[in-house]
Amino acid sequence: MRDEANTLRRGLLGLALILSGGTAAAAAGIDAQNFGQIERGHYLTIVGDCAACHTLQGSGHDYAGGRPIETPFGELVAPNITPDPETGIGAWTDEEFINSLAKGTGRNGTHLYPAMPYNYYTKVTSDDALAIRAYLNTVPAVHNPVQPNQLPFPLDIRASMLVWNQLFFTPGTFQPDPNKSAEWNRGAYLAEGLGHCGACHTPKNFLGGDKTRQRLRGYVLQGWVAPDITNDQRRGLGGWSVDEIATYLKTGHSRTGAATGLMSETVGNSTSHMSDADLKAIAIYLKDQPGQGDNQKQDTPAASNDSAVKSGGKIYADECAGCHTANGKGIAGLFPALDGSSMVQQTDPTSLLHVVLRGARSVATQEAPTGAAMPQFGWLLNDDQVAAVLTYIRNSWGNAAPAVSASEVGKARRAFVERND
Amino acid sequence: MARRLPRKDAVIIGLGWTGSILAHTLCDAGLDVVAIERGPWRDTATDFPISYAQDELRYRLQHELFLRPAQMSVTFRNNANQTALPVRNWGAFMLGNGVGGGGVHWNAETFRFLPTDFIARSHLTQRYGEKFLPEDMTIQDWGVTYDNLEPHYDQFEHLCGTSGTAGNLQGKIQDGGNPFEGARSRPYPTPAQKQGYGHTLFAEAAKQLGYKPYPQPSGNLSQSYTNPLGVTLGQCTFCGFCEWFGCANYSKATPQTTILPVLLRNPNFEARTECEVMRINLDNTGKRATGVTYVNSSGEEFEQPADLVLLCAFQLFNVQLLLLSGIGTPYDPQTGKGQIGRNFTHQTISTAVGFFDKDKYNFNPFIASGSIGFCIDEFNGDNFDHSQLGFVGGGYIGQVRTNGRPLESMAVPPGTPAWGAKWKEALRDNYLSSVICGAACHASFYSYRDVYLDLDPTYKDRFGRPLMRITIDLHENEIKMSAFLTDKYAEILQQMGAKQVVKQPRKGPYDVTDYQTSHLCGGAIMGENPGNSALNRYLQSWDVPNLFVQGATAFPQNAGYNPTGTVGALAFWSAKAIRTQYLKNPGPLVHA
Amino acid sequence: MYRMNRRQLLGSSAVALLLMAPAAHAAIVRGGLPWKPGSADPPTPVMPGGWHYFTPQEAATVEAFVDRLIPPDPETPGGKETGCAVFIDRQLAGPYGRNESLYMMGPFQQGTKQQGPQSSLTAAQHYRKALAALDDACRNKYGGKGFADLSDDQKDEVIAGLENGSLKLDGFDGQSFFTLILTDTRNGFLADPIYGGNKDMAAWKMIGFPGTHYDYRDWIDRHNERVTLPTVGIASHPSWSQ
Repeated sequence: MRDEANTLRRGLLGLALILSGGTAAAAAGIDAQNFGQIERGHYLTIVGDCAACHTLQGSGHDYAGGRPIETPFGELVAPNITPDPETGIGAWTDEEFINSLAKGTGRNGTHLYPAMPYNYYTKVTSDDALAIRAYLNTVPAVHNPVQPNQLPFPLDIRASMLVWNQLFFTPGTFQPDPNKSAEWNRGAYLAEGLGHCGACHTPKNFLGGDKTRQRLRGYVLQGWVAPDITNDQRRGLGGWSVDEIATYLKTGHSRTGAATGLMSETVGNSTSHMSDADLKAIAIYLKDQPGQGDNQKQDTPAASNDSAVKSGGKIYADECAGCHTANGKGIAGLFPALDGSSMVQQTDPTSLLHVVLRGARSVATQEAPTGAAMPQFGWLLNDDQVAAVLTYIRNSWGNAAPAVSASEVGKARRAFVERND
Repeated sequence: MARRLPRKDAVIIGLGWTGSILAHTLCDAGLDVVAIERGPWRDTATDFPISYAQDELRYRLQHELFLRPAQMSVTFRNNANQTALPVRNWGAFMLGNGVGGGGVHWNAETFRFLPTDFIARSHLTQRYGEKFLPEDMTIQDWGVTYDNLEPHYDQFEHLCGTSGTAGNLQGKIQDGGNPFEGARSRPYPTPAQKQGYGHTLFAEAAKQLGYKPYPQPSGNLSQSYTNPLGVTLGQCTFCGFCEWFGCANYSKATPQTTILPVLLRNPNFEARTECEVMRINLDNTGKRATGVTYVNSSGEEFEQPADLVLLCAFQLFNVQLLLLSGIGTPYDPQTGKGQIGRNFTHQTISTAVGFFDKDKYNFNPFIASGSIGFCIDEFNGDNFDHSQLGFVGGGYIGQVRTNGRPLESMAVPPGTPAWGAKWKEALRDNYLSSVICGAACHASFYSYRDVYLDLDPTYKDRFGRPLMRITIDLHENEIKMSAFLTDKYAEILQQMGAKQVVKQPRKGPYDVTDYQTSHLCGGAIMGENPGNSALNRYLQSWDVPNLFVQGATAFPQNAGYNPTGTVGALAFWSAKAIRTQYLKNPGPLVHA
Repeated sequence: MYRMNRRQLLGSSAVALLLMAPAAHAAIVRGGLPWKPGSADPPTPVMPGGWHYFTPQEAATVEAFVDRLIPPDPETPGGKETGCAVFIDRQLAGPYGRNESLYMMGPFQQGTKQQGPQSSLTAAQHYRKALAALDDACRNKYGGKGFADLSDDQKDEVIAGLENGSLKLDGFDGQSFFTLILTDTRNGFLADPIYGGNKDMAAWKMIGFPGTHYDYRDWIDRHNERVTLPTVGIASHPSWSQ
């Protein structure tokens, strides 16, 4: 099994290197005999992490849909994108398929809901889109009728997406920036396109559209913070080297990072299978994204004699230092360093609340299979104590971030009880 | 009526150390493997987290991580003149349960046996003459040598990240290590752990008396380590809640922290927990295992067919399953015939308690790991001349105190009442300044004709199957040896500056209520021919060639060390033989 | 549009599922290490107040008994104030009292000392019978007074009599009861306060055991020094709010 995975990876690496220039051959349609196109398409579905929505966990049927997607507007179910002609996309034309990515439209031009992140996938070249189709044509066809639209009236009227698209969607494939390097452009193409990083990492307005002026500065969803991944020094990737970012995406672990929650799946299914070159490109691109800039208030740590910090320090010594160490440096590959951690210093503490109250398992990858987990402390620490210890770690060892309040903790605790994940 | 399941290439009974090692090897070779484990899944963050792992009552006194006698127990008697009675609550030994088995809550003391331990009978008779050994002593040569196992000791140590100081590197004796050890091909993967005050003082005293103390080889790591499988372990923090407890910070080598993360990523592997194997099934020739029958927690019965069966349960239960499955011939102590159940052994444990001046000595006993301290090997194995001593065997002597847990650290000077104001005062005055090391003399337990296992005629488990019956007592040889070693340990405590030393040598009769390690061995021993063993040198059953039996079950007698290092080495040795020889050509690997 | 819950009810990780397999009532583990958010099984803290097993009479006897086994002194409270009787009461009301983990199948027969206890009585039953027999024996010997009403010296006499076997309990082995209650009292005295005894960690403070600290890396090299860390227990951290 391991031998197969390695061969596949070497194959993908080889192809990715060919692709990394960012240009593609003229779109020549799909050639079922073209092994290279199919392999490239396979790699691209991994980059786009199509399986994350379109494959029902444990079903054994890749891409056959049926996976519920919760939105604040109601529930959607991801459709079947296997080549089944009746219940999948087998009968779609190539143009219809390309448009699902490029324009956010489905069969016969019906509007898709942007749970399908077409506002990102629009960047994908038609050549790459066809390669994806070529690959999807080769997966087993599964007869699985899925009724995707489970939204309540009037949101179930797809035409309402017309307005949303007007406001928040600009179609068009990726345009390379001639002033930037080929690597940067490759990274941009991936991050802003198939990688759809902003779908989680960009703040949204109340209608669910991206706040494009604050792109990649972080967003809270499903009980986790998708953190700031601009080059912000404190809250973003400013303290990370390009190599560290690439290593994190590949292995799920870095000095201060241990992918967990939603990112655990992204690393496990997608980025850990991408080529080193592509990951480096993404890192280069991200480190060129401007952060929110200096923020006096947020960048001033709470005083060490602040009562929450003091009490938090004692809690830390008894419950946290055994793994994360007294000086907050942790143990490489096992317990992330809290000292200088961008995750710890996110403005919104939701992820910290999540791991403290419910525990978390970090991702296991080929390179870093340990998958260490943090236990939950919600049973032991009351709201004041959680607030104190988080305020302590957010403001020690040079860290600075807003204090956490007991009422925030209480709210999060109640919200987590509702969740089943 | 058992429901038959789809066939697997291999079925593994018990997912502890050996089950995990064998599963990993076989899955890596491409086999489809299922492991069936009686107990629950266990994992660090959900089962022994830092917020409540340190609970002496729950885990040490009430044995929560162990098998419950209500689920399965054994019966015990000293000799055949007595009626064996159930062990209703654990005492002399504790039996592991759950994924990781004893590997979850062991001390992580990781020793190698001496080269002479593997050829005990031939070596001792050569040196002292045939008549020197008691007539009823049934020790044997193993059929493997230290040199055969050396690469696999190395493999197990590097899997675990064992912390230690080598004493013999490729024949060159090294300062600070054990000068008596067999040659090792390379150093330990991580340096020896730091030591506490009481341990350090012992080493100084031992040196003053002319001994060569060495740090106990420890699977509680001195520093973070990534093993050859890519799994990372942390650094031990000397919490003092090691043996009997799960480790909260990934710093104890266990199946969970070394193998399972990688094993579980292999799609060929599946673990079924809370399922108890009832028996190994044989075909109608009785010479081939066809798989196992097991019962889930609802009592539903399943048949799991497989081409290869690995019996990786704890020693006692390996023997029980062999007997219940009709594999091999049960041992009859009267006739001496039959291999299954004979050469059952334990460990000869003794200690002395040292009381020191409380105004001068503060040992902070609670700062420790499960495998800390210093040992001397001058009186282990045949490292010393036994000719005038009247016994054979020996053990390491060490101040290897692992904890200051209050309920296990209540030693008070002799004459102190067991209760009342004087007891309270003595407890207060001696806690920090006494040296209480339960297994300071950790010695061999040789095998005897009348120490054995069989099926109990009266007492049953909850399925109606007979319990294992243990017939065991201490023999003159071990009693003399224990007195000798205890004296030596007491001398060192004196040298350390103890104001009072209370010797507690091991004496008969064997007491099933008194904890003396869980190092039960034998019962289906390995050897050179089916006339004197149940397994060949690769742990393959002589009777049923597609059955391999792992663990200390294979030891013909127990040596003067903790057995797990040798259990791990044998597992790797056996796994290699299965992978490189057996799978290519299934059948007996040794033709005796 | 928000990208919300992208996962099924069955679990969060891309690779691991701890399933209840259909028709096989085992936890089947494959594909990765399982994870169940929020999973933990901490001990249930004993809440003081009331008796869950003992009758008021039994409680009075046991409180008196534990306070002689471990008497109060000016520095450290005794068995009663540290909650040893509460500890025993809660233990007897739970799985320990019911002998839930023990092998309790018959036939029951007495064996040698080395074969260990062979009683068919649960710990809870043992206490009930023995305490009744104890009070009877006291009333016989001390003019109608039960154990709790005796003077301290008389109580000590009784306990010594149980210990050395000279005081017989009717139909009951006094020595085995003595061993049982002594063990349970010590456990209550020195176990984690979460179980109802060792109140305020008084026993740990008395002996100098700093409790459940997990990280002594900064102390391992400090030989022969008194550890100055505050005493803590599983759910006892007064130092956090000082």
